Amino acid sequence: MRGGLHAIWMSCFLAGCGTPPPSEVVRVDGSSTAYPLMEAVAEEYMRTQSGNVRVTVGVSGTGGGFKKFCRGDIDIAAASRPIAKEEAARCAAAGVAYVTLPVAYDAITVVVHPKNTWAEELSVAQLRRLWQPEAQGALLRWNQLDPAFPDRPIHLYGAGADSGTFDYFTEAVVGRPRSSRGDYTASEDDNLLVTGVAGDVGALGFFGFAYYEENAHRLKAVRIRQDADAAAVSPSRESVMQGRYRPLSRQLLLYVNTQHAQARPQIANWVHFALKQAQPLIDEVRNIPLEAAAYEHAFRRFDAAIAALGATEVVAAQPTAKLGTVDVR
Amino acid sequence: MSASLHGSSERAAFLRRRQRNERWAEWGLGAAASLAVLITLGILLTLIIESLPFFQAVGLWDFLFDPEWTPLFERAHFGIMPLLSATLLTGFIAMSVAIPLGVVTAVWLSEFAAARTREWAKPALELLSSIPTVVFGYFALLFVTPALQKLVPELPTFNLLAPGLVIGLMIIPYVSSLSEDALRAVPMNLREAAFSLGSGRLRTALWVVLPAAVSGVTASAVLALSRALGETMVVAIAAGQQAQLVFDPREGAATLTSYIAQVAMGDVPRHSVAYQSLFAVGLSLFLLTLVFNVAGHWVRNRFREAH
Repeated sequence: MRGGLHAIWMSCFLAGCGTPPPSEVVRVDGSSTAYPLMEAVAEEYMRTQSGNVRVTVGVSGTGGGFKKFCRGDIDIAAASRPIAKEEAARCAAAGVAYVTLPVAYDAITVVVHPKNTWAEELSVAQLRRLWQPEAQGALLRWNQLDPAFPDRPIHLYGAGADSGTFDYFTEAVVGRPRSSRGDYTASEDDNLLVTGVAGDVGALGFFGFAYYEENAHRLKAVRIRQDADAAAVSPSRESVMQGRYRPLSRQLLLYVNTQHAQARPQIANWVHFALKQAQPLIDEVRNIPLEAAAYEHAFRRFDAAIAALGATEVVAAQPTAKLGTVDVR
Repeated sequence: MSASLHGSSERAAFLRRRQRNERWAEWGLGAAASLAVLITLGILLTLIIESLPFFQAVGLWDFLFDPEWTPLFERAHFGIMPLLSATLLTGFIAMSVAIPLGVVTAVWLSEFAAARTREWAKPALELLSSIPTVVFGYFALLFVTPALQKLVPELPTFNLLAPGLVIGLMIIPYVSSLSEDALRAVPMNLREAAFSLGSGRLRTALWVVLPAAVSGVTASAVLALSRALGETMVVAIAAGQQAQLVFDPREGAATLTSYIAQVAMGDVPRHSVAYQSLFAVGLSLFLLTLVFNVAGHWVRNRFREAH
């Protein structure tokens, strides 16, 4: 919540509220999980451009980001889950064309307080029993989850309903996206969730891996057991890259508005920069990098999408484009 | 003769002009005064109109008696009790700090402090209310809660105790300043009568002056309570945002105000029930403060002493 407000202020401050921003502004918004990476890329990029380009990074949550993206308000949506059918339909209705590029892995990390000695590992089935809507107001104590756990209240902290982490977690754990109990501390601000779990021995929460690593000294990550005969796996760079941390590992994605990118080379530049520099910056913000080949592949796919759009645009829109230039200038 | 006639017509013109000017002034003052009333009515009307579709969708019975509040989730419940319980509990904690400390401060300022001490002590105290509430919020979260965790074992990060205590500190100036005015307005002859009957200063202050000023002290308490119930930032930061029915101040919970702050900042679509719930919650807060104000008014009239 505080992050959202901050982002509003920042974007008002940087881009000017209400007035159309100048073309040298690149506007990124969306996932709070991807925010540290986006912010780092933006900062580095602005440094290389010696202040001629401004990149604004908002934290509306993945869902909030897609809403703005499909209205054409922003150039790039950072997402912690793939775009949903309804969202894609909204983009199509508004004539927004885009290309999807993976930039990093994330592991949704289930955390407890360091003094929690009982929940070293949890199965997906247990997480489902804990988070499904039926648990609302019913599963309230640790020993209801497992009789071996102590008889004390369980306090839940998790991503808010606007966040891609919420969508992804509910789909992976409960089985249907956005299907969750509602009686927990829900926030799009991951720092608030960190603070909550770090100060509460009876707490259990979930959020992106980067926020866990950043605060690893005051949190404990729970090992996740995918099913009864699988081994429990703790979230880490290795387990995610080897595909063993399931079902809670996912890709962070960039959705780039191709029309904007074609019209304003700065956006394409920024995307190139992000894909080239992702690896070192990902280490800095403690996300998990993709394989090197994946970045090259994304790079080519992005260029191909822009080139394809350019070709069709020129053929289809030549007469009107001429009229347009006459009218405007 | 003609001169006096002339004079009287001039005088009549002057009177007419004065009357006209006074009517304008009266009208202007009246308009200024009614503006506040009109704005209040406008807000009330907006709250009622915007929350009507909510009550059509949810129903008053569920709103008042459902013990769960989860409007953004799959199993949507719209019971106001969780938010109300957190609001009242926070208000109660705040008042149990602010009333004793505020009244004691007021008695000291009015009856014991030397005039020179009072001259700097009162403004210094009022400075407390010029600190932004967001600062009080982080003070509660980052200082008061960790301190309380040493006293109350296993107190969660988000609880109602710390923000309640901090709001209590925050509203002390409301109680102390207005109470002090009320105490000072008690006529000197009451004190002199008490002294002449052999009472000491403390006895006079507590048994003569304070009872005589009780209506003013009540007014200050009602104002402070309204302020406490309407406080947003401190609870939004330090009380957590989980709507749950609470009776234990060690638990964290969302209040009426922090729910509004949380949802208004998000991307809730307009015309959804979750959006309309904002107005229903706002209306509840309005009615709650209204009830306490009316009660305060009644107490004030009941115990008013004419001097």
